[in-house]
Amino acid sequence: MFFTYLRRELRRRRKAALVVASGLALGIALVIVVSSVSSGMKQAQGKVLESLYGLGTDMTVTKAATPPEEGDGDERPRFRFDAQDGDSDEEQSTDRVMVQGFQTLASSTVTEVGKQDGVSEAVGGLSLNVVKVDGQFTRGEFQQDQNSGGSEQQGGPGGGTGQPQGRVQGGGADFEVNSYTVYGTDVTNLDLGPLTSSKITKGRTFKSTETDAKVAVADSSYAKEKELALGDTVTISGTKFEIVGIATPDSGDAAANLYIPLKQAQTLADSKDKVTTVYVKATDSQQIDAVKSAIQKNISGTTVTTSADLADTVSGSLSTASNLASNVGKWLSIAVLVAAFLVAGLLTMSAVSRRVREFGTLKALGWKSGRVTRQVVGEAVVNGLLGGVLGIALGLAGAYAVTAVSPTLQAQLGSTGGGGAMGGGPSGMGGGMGGPGRQTASKALEVALTAPISLSTVGLAVGLAVAGGLIAGAFGGWRASRLRPADALRRVE
Amino acid sequence: MYELRGVTKQYRRGKETVHALAGVDLTIPDGDRLVIQGPTGGGKSTLLQMLGGLDRPTSGSVELDGTDLAKLSEAKLTKVRSESIGFVFQSFNLIPTLNAQENVETALVPLGVKAAERRERAAEALKSVGLGERLTHLPSEMSGGQQQRVAIARALVKQPKVLLADEPTGNLDESMRDEIMDVLETMWKEHGLTFIMVTHDSAIAKKAPRVATIRKGTITVTERA
Repeated sequence: MFFTYLRRELRRRRKAALVVASGLALGIALVIVVSSVSSGMKQAQGKVLESLYGLGTDMTVTKAATPPEEGDGDERPRFRFDAQDGDSDEEQSTDRVMVQGFQTLASSTVTEVGKQDGVSEAVGGLSLNVVKVDGQFTRGEFQQDQNSGGSEQQGGPGGGTGQPQGRVQGGGADFEVNSYTVYGTDVTNLDLGPLTSSKITKGRTFKSTETDAKVAVADSSYAKEKELALGDTVTISGTKFEIVGIATPDSGDAAANLYIPLKQAQTLADSKDKVTTVYVKATDSQQIDAVKSAIQKNISGTTVTTSADLADTVSGSLSTASNLASNVGKWLSIAVLVAAFLVAGLLTMSAVSRRVREFGTLKALGWKSGRVTRQVVGEAVVNGLLGGVLGIALGLAGAYAVTAVSPTLQAQLGSTGGGGAMGGGPSGMGGGMGGPGRQTASKALEVALTAPISLSTVGLAVGLAVAGGLIAGAFGGWRASRLRPADALRRVE
Repeated sequence: MYELRGVTKQYRRGKETVHALAGVDLTIPDGDRLVIQGPTGGGKSTLLQMLGGLDRPTSGSVELDGTDLAKLSEAKLTKVRSESIGFVFQSFNLIPTLNAQENVETALVPLGVKAAERRERAAEALKSVGLGERLTHLPSEMSGGQQQRVAIARALVKQPKVLLADEPTGNLDESMRDEIMDVLETMWKEHGLTFIMVTHDSAIAKKAPRVATIRKGTITVTERA
């Protein structure tokens, strides 16, 4: 009888059922869209972070920032060029290899970090900035005024008695600045570090024997820009490297333009046994915070940045959208859900009120209160499930629409600190070339937003539907259980 | 057999206390056919509620075959209603979404009768009130008289001891009224019921051998020879 009655009620009061169901459907659809969009946001953020870190890195260790000392100028790049005679076409070229952020850790730190509890792997790397300036630098030519007498002299004040009058013309420099990044990779462990976020699309990656080989892997877009191909050589500060592989980043920008073995990078930068960053993989992803504080406590002078820290520094439209999804979206869907539940509950209750005589009659016929209540709750739960099915369909459609459109989001990384590498006083920025900070300090990426739907999201929706039905049923059932059998004798509807 | 002793019922309506029943003593033997009449608000319906175990008296006892309904727990009272008492209401009180047969079946649900048997008994009950052809009709597809017949079938399908009817013809026109009265009379005779009916209709009251009149909460029983 339960099912017959239920079926009949739902079929013959279709409209009322549909109103309750579509209210719930709206709430559930919103939850699905919001949660899938925010998991899409997380994926997008993950991609951004991956592009910095590479896969599998849980945190990085860098040197804690210290204010530069007075007279510490030798770390800043200086370029010296000789001015040449005007008729000389000779190009001059010079490059400076700088350690990114000017802060390094001793290679021994890598081993030390690796020994910490909860650290599964630690790999060091050296990020370099190479600035190459080449071009012509010519002296100005002195041209004497026609009117003033005197012998022709070139340049500078002459030794003659008559003061020559004229002006310097045509002197100057025509040069090109080429700046690129080089990453020194630990070729014995390629599981961690920036190169993991790229795929080798041509050639090969480093061999573990190539610890000091003059080989390089080029980032695909850099290779394209500079027209580099496999087998070509690139010259970094006078050293020639053979390109053995082209790497294409999985998403966004590559971590560096060129990758070379760590030892070579250390030689180039004159930073023997130094690294800029230690990439750390934790044994347990739940213990990241504990590992972070252990490293910071046990190894002084280091800054540990976890993915979570870094995620906080993501700004731009991705971050805005992500905040929107996680805050506004979350509250909006909670509000809509609560409203939907409430409306469903009140509608069910009012439906019970309209059926007072019906339920009173059943009680007069000897139906137990529990049986009547069960009937009401049963109807409400089926309504809820109906709403759930509708809501899931609606939500899936919404999420697919987002994925289909896949709006592009901009992500800016790190400008808000990310471990405070740039926090070392105002003069830290003053270093000639506009202060190449940590590599994370200036990074803009474009990520397409998708709204992936996980099984757990659908599970959540089903749960919500049942909960919505039960809440509505509770309202209605409570009302029904309070009916007296004598209500059957009511004469007014 | 019903034995009512000193039954009172008071309830509050706003600030007023209404004395719906003010000390009713009444004995209704098995197989009796009693008509209860009286002016509106005189306490007819309240008395019917007491007899049907739908409400409890403020004081006094309502014994049905020696069991005081006033003292039974809600669960036991529900059981008494489901087993022993059949109701017929003025406005039929059929479940609008269930068809005739299903409506009759609802009376058998609390008795735990199996579905197949339920259907069979419901069909038989409907046949006995002349609706054998209309098992699958919805209440909205039937006339008032037909609906009331379904209600009578529903009241009697469980073979109760007592049939309580609250103005069963109140919503029907005259031709229907006689038809329903005939059905009820036949059922009473066939089933050996105790048949208690509240009515406004003096024409019906006149035909009844025993009439109880309630005025201002007190009862007087008139017997006709």
